[in-house]
Amino acid sequence: MKKYLKNTWDGIWTVLIGMKVTFKHLFVPAVTIQYPDVKLPLPERARNRLYVNIDDCIGCLQCERACPVDCIHIDTVKGLPTDDLGTTSNGKKKALWVTKFEIDIAKCCYCSLCVYPCPTECIYMTDVYEFSEYKRQDLIYNFSTLTPNEVEQKKINYEKFMAEKAAAKAKAAAEKAAAAKAKPPVDPNKNNQKSE
Amino acid sequence: MYDILTNIFGNQIVAYIIGAALPLFVWILPFVLFAVLGERKVSAHMQDRLGPMRVGYHGILQTVADLLKLLQKEDIVTPAADRKLFNLAPYIVFLGSYAAFAAIPFSSIYIGSGIEVGIFYILAVSSFVVVGILMGGWASDNKYSLLGAMRSAAQIVSYEIPTAIVVLTLVMLTGTLNLNTISQQQTAYFWNWNILGGAAGSGITQILLIPFMVIAFVILFISTLAEVNRTPFDIPEAESELVAGFHTEYSGMKFAMFFLSEYANMFAVSAIVVTLFFGGYQSPFGYLGNSLGIPWLIPVEQLFWFLAKGVFFVFVQMWLRWTLPRLRVDQLMTVCWKYLIPYAVFNLLIVGIISLL
Ligand code: SF4
Ligand code: SF4
Repeated sequence: MKKYLKNTWDGIWTVLIGMKVTFKHLFVPAVTIQYPDVKLPLPERARNRLYVNIDDCIGCLQCERACPVDCIHIDTVKGLPTDDLGTTSNGKKKALWVTKFEIDIAKCCYCSLCVYPCPTECIYMTDVYEFSEYKRQDLIYNFSTLTPNEVEQKKINYEKFMAEKAAAKAKAAAEKAAAAKAKPPVDPNKNNQKSE
Repeated sequence: MYDILTNIFGNQIVAYIIGAALPLFVWILPFVLFAVLGERKVSAHMQDRLGPMRVGYHGILQTVADLLKLLQKEDIVTPAADRKLFNLAPYIVFLGSYAAFAAIPFSSIYIGSGIEVGIFYILAVSSFVVVGILMGGWASDNKYSLLGAMRSAAQIVSYEIPTAIVVLTLVMLTGTLNLNTISQQQTAYFWNWNILGGAAGSGITQILLIPFMVIAFVILFISTLAEVNRTPFDIPEAESELVAGFHTEYSGMKFAMFFLSEYANMFAVSAIVVTLFFGGYQSPFGYLGNSLGIPWLIPVEQLFWFLAKGVFFVFVQMWLRWTLPRLRVDQLMTVCWKYLIPYAVFNLLIVGIISLL
């Protein structure tokens, strides 16, 4: 009987305590963040969308190799000795034209593995996370600043240069060969025979 | 009230139809729109959230938008369902909860039907809801619906007993079943309310009655809460166990109907609690209309006080819902049969003895 009354009392009392707690919370300011209107600031290099500062990229392909899902695609063309490609911000001389630098951000898993190996620290993650698109195609980001025409031009230039170089080389070789023919070398065997 | 309407419309039948539809369109629909939003806001703020914020200022129009959405929804009847019963069930549930409004005195001049057996009538018609719920659960041909419906039936039937006993206590004290008369007895100031002994007793008996009236009020409040399937007694629609209980298979307007009747029911039971214990439509501090000498202001004030008290108890129901976890089925039955009913019976006896003094 005593237990019965105590149970009743406990039941009512604990409910009242609970009600007091919830009533207090009615007046506690809400923790909700009104998301699209108010945003929490994220760290500058939070793991979200990748960004490539193409001016600093030397086209070393380290990031492409590091990526576990192969979503970075880079093509490079060698610069001519006469071309001035400029330097990176930490003073390295650039030697390659980066003709294609695509990141398929739809495949990216935000692992940040491409960020660490970059020698010039030009590929990094940003705090941008709202970049949904209606078409998957639109999620392939192209960071290369060269226009297709320029790319063609670079390729042609390089091929021409290589062709010229090859031609020059061939010419040099041919000249060398011709010179050798005009003045035949001494036959070593003859000397040998003579000494015997 | 019907005389006034008859005078306005010149036809008794039209007047009666309008009189019957009045609480639905003037009060229940706006109240449900308001209460659904209120519930979401109350729950949100109790959990330190904000709740709906985007439709209108602080989400005021959220329920209107929800209603429009529900109206456009496809009305799905599952192929295995028993079509007739399935389609009928939500309307029966609503009928049960709406019929209760007929005998509720909103104000001294507005009462749908001033029948002498008012409270008895309300207890009777609100059991109608069980029929609808069982029908819906059975006709859905879904095990969760059926389980929910069975639980609901068991629960409502059991909790009707403590409700009836407490009502009996009150009837014994006031000597009438007519809710309008009960309200009138508690007139003038709040110390005449039944929760504080009522106007019937005199001096010492009134003071003696207070604790027992409080117990009666708590029992009535708990058991009516269980009758309308609100948390902590919402096992018929326990979403973590039964999906949505008896209305799992319902969509669109029929689902809205269940929703409407749930909230209408909440107000109906609050109204009963208010009428029996808290003076009904009587103002706690006397009337402005009396002191200013404007007689037509009094019914308006009464309406205001009645709705204010009713809404307050609806708020308490929401408050409890967001405070307490759901009871288990056996706990539910324990609370009813082992605790509420014995207390109610003893209370009845003691109140009887005191009122004999
Ligand atoms: S973050 Fe990871 S997945 Fe994304 S591009 Fe870099 S290496 Fe590839
Ligand atoms: S690792 Fe850095 S420098 Fe090398 S290709 Fe990638 S982005 Fe360019």
